[in-house]
Amino acid sequence: MKRLIAGLPFIAAVIFGGFFLWGLNPDRDPNEIPSVLISQPAPAFDLDPVPGLETPGLARSDLVGNERPVVVNVFASWCVPCRAEHAVLTRFVERDGMRLFGINYKDKPEDAVKWLNDLGNPYERIGSDLSGRTGIEWGLSGVPETFIVDGDGTVLFRYVGPVVGPDAVERFTTALTQAGALPNGAGS
Amino acid sequence: MVPEIGHFALALALALALVQSVLPIAGASRGNAVWMKSAQATAIGQVLFVAIAFAALMQAFIVSDFTVRNVVENSHSLKPMLYKVAGTWGSHEGSLLLWILILAVFGAGVAWFGSNIPAETKARTLSVQAWISVGFLSFLLLTSNPFERVFPPPLDGNDLNPLLQDMGLAMHPPLLYFGYVGFSIVFSFAVAALLEGRVDPAWARWVRPWTLAAWVSLTAGIALGSWWAYYELGWGGWWFWDPVENVSFMPWLLGTALLHSAIVTEKRDAFKSWTILLAILTFSLSLLGTFIVRSGLLTSVHAFAVDPERGLYILGLLAVSIGGSLALYAWRAPEMEPGGLFRPISREAGLLVNNLILAAATGTVLFGTLYPLILEAVTGDKISVGPPFFNAAFIPMMLALVVFMGLGPFLSWKRADIAGLLDRIRFVAVLAVIATLAAWYLLNGGPIMAYLAILGAAWLLLATLREWALRIRLFEVSFAESARRARNLPRASHGMTLAHAGVAILMMGMIGSSAWKSEEIVFAAPGTEVAIAGFDITFEGAAQVQGPNYIADRGTLVVRRDDELVTTLFPERRYYPVAESQTTESAIRSTLAGDLYTSIATPASDQVNNAGAWTLRILYEPLVNLIWIGSILLVIGGCLSLSDRRLRVGAPRRAKQPASDAVPAE
Repeated sequence: MKRLIAGLPFIAAVIFGGFFLWGLNPDRDPNEIPSVLISQPAPAFDLDPVPGLETPGLARSDLVGNERPVVVNVFASWCVPCRAEHAVLTRFVERDGMRLFGINYKDKPEDAVKWLNDLGNPYERIGSDLSGRTGIEWGLSGVPETFIVDGDGTVLFRYVGPVVGPDAVERFTTALTQAGALPNGAGS
Repeated sequence: MVPEIGHFALALALALALVQSVLPIAGASRGNAVWMKSAQATAIGQVLFVAIAFAALMQAFIVSDFTVRNVVENSHSLKPMLYKVAGTWGSHEGSLLLWILILAVFGAGVAWFGSNIPAETKARTLSVQAWISVGFLSFLLLTSNPFERVFPPPLDGNDLNPLLQDMGLAMHPPLLYFGYVGFSIVFSFAVAALLEGRVDPAWARWVRPWTLAAWVSLTAGIALGSWWAYYELGWGGWWFWDPVENVSFMPWLLGTALLHSAIVTEKRDAFKSWTILLAILTFSLSLLGTFIVRSGLLTSVHAFAVDPERGLYILGLLAVSIGGSLALYAWRAPEMEPGGLFRPISREAGLLVNNLILAAATGTVLFGTLYPLILEAVTGDKISVGPPFFNAAFIPMMLALVVFMGLGPFLSWKRADIAGLLDRIRFVAVLAVIATLAAWYLLNGGPIMAYLAILGAAWLLLATLREWALRIRLFEVSFAESARRARNLPRASHGMTLAHAGVAILMMGMIGSSAWKSEEIVFAAPGTEVAIAGFDITFEGAAQVQGPNYIADRGTLVVRRDDELVTTLFPERRYYPVAESQTTESAIRSTLAGDLYTSIATPASDQVNNAGAWTLRILYEPLVNLIWIGSILLVIGGCLSLSDRRLRVGAPRRAKQPASDAVPAE
């Protein structure tokens, strides 16, 4: 009995050590927040177009029934990283044939129009989420965020933050290719 | 050239540590006095070489030698000199070097001052200490060389994280490490005792000064860190139960238990195997802290550059040191004979309860800290454990502890006289209840838990003072007689009184600043007025100012009470262009009654900015300064106890001096 008790600290240390060893796995990122939406149906929403813009509005029904998975990007003119990301997304649309939909998050319509006129508009449809209600439904933690949604309306992938820089672009490209969101499986 | 000398010195230190880890312990088992003696020279040699390496790194920081990668990454030529020096330990490599330096200092300390320790015990202890040195020196040299050069050298450095450019933080790591690493020598003593298979009161007496020294530094280090978080981070809080705070707090809790259980071992020859276990676990928790901070295992606001390879290396070190020592414990501890017997109501029993509560509290913090990791490993869910868990689990335990803390010093060893005890504490208990009721009447309102805590703090403070008054027989005999008695009391006894009173004062600060804190967050355009805790504060606007290596937005807040000007506060939001980061410099009006704490931030959204509005955060934290005062009392108490003649390291017994000595010859 006495031996057993004296051995307890050792056994506890071994168990903790096992957890630590597991925790050191380099693929594990303790700061990563998993999306509750992954493999879940995208939330229902129906957003009006941005006033003053030709681009039509966006609803959940637009995401469903497409031939290939599509990408939904949440952006705002007041968000500086979005500006950097804009060029990357535009390239995916123009060069790789990605289909891109936008949710304009808590943005003044005139600012959004000016922003898109300055930088160009790669979005097929843009919904204006003035109240931020749809953003809550999508579980946003910030702007920008980017989602890949398949033909059944299921969310396949979520990217938090701007898709900028080689690492981010590579991760995003891999996700697009795996989802089959690019026409001929192209990608760079 | 100098960095190469530093690198070479490190290699030499490793060589010495290798010799020291084998020769003295072999000498101890063979009875070879010369081999045992060698530890003395190698331990002092080690500290010399590590100090040379540390000085070399510091020199590189002082002259801004940008050919050294570590300096490039953590310094900048425009940085104030103080922070250039502090930059030496601002990075993973530099702080590890500091860690090793302190390890060597403690080893050399035992070699130098431990003349009262038997040669064999000393040899074994120093060998064990050298095992730790070998592990960490090789870790530094193999995975994180601080002297690595960079070619071509850049024109200027990347700057130290501006958050860390603060006086409090410059001193925080050295003190914290002195505490953390100081427990290493206690660990070495414990392992040596297990190898010898013998623990006795003398052992406890050798260990106690080292434990105390480590504990005092750890206390000061934690308090400084907390103070820094309070003043620098602009969060308006002093403790957040962040994993990295927790890993420094756990060795403190267990170290406190060790400090008390070692008294029992010293005075009564009891609790032997428990004291040994505490000594091992306290340092194990320090190592665990080093591991968690440097491996990126948990998510935290504190972190060094994370590298899984380093994590794996430290985990290996942990496995050998903690696993090895605990296996040794499992093997040898059952053979230790139990010591003196005691009754359920006695000083021993009181200290036993103290130890059980402190150990349970440590376990709670450990569990709460590691629970996210364990849950993720088992179920894949990601959660974080925050203050609600710790507050709910930890505070009741501390309140129970406080009850016994007040009671303990009244108890006598072996068997206490219950009737006499009740007689002595009745008055104190009634007074504490009255104080609490008075607080309730004056404050009317507030959480019930806060009043329980007030009761606990009042009880502890009054009981501690009462016990001290009993000892010097205050008001029973003449004042001069009391003063004489106070002088004759051992310093350790005064130390205990101060430290226990410090805890009571600390508690009051914690209660006041958490239960009665008021907070306002406003979007303020110039001219906005805010009323908080009896103050009227007017925001006059913000202007840009230029500092030595930063640009700041400085707000002007005029504070009035009853239409009378109290003070003007200037909180700043600083931008450091080189490091591309921002810090909050809060402005605080500090009094004993409470802190008026203001900070300013740029508005979250640009749309609001157009109106010239700023986010102001204004807090009133009553009694918060008692936290720092209580911490200082704890440190002073520890130092007093450390200076007790009984414990003074290497002090010879005082010889009775003949009275005629002072009489001059005629």
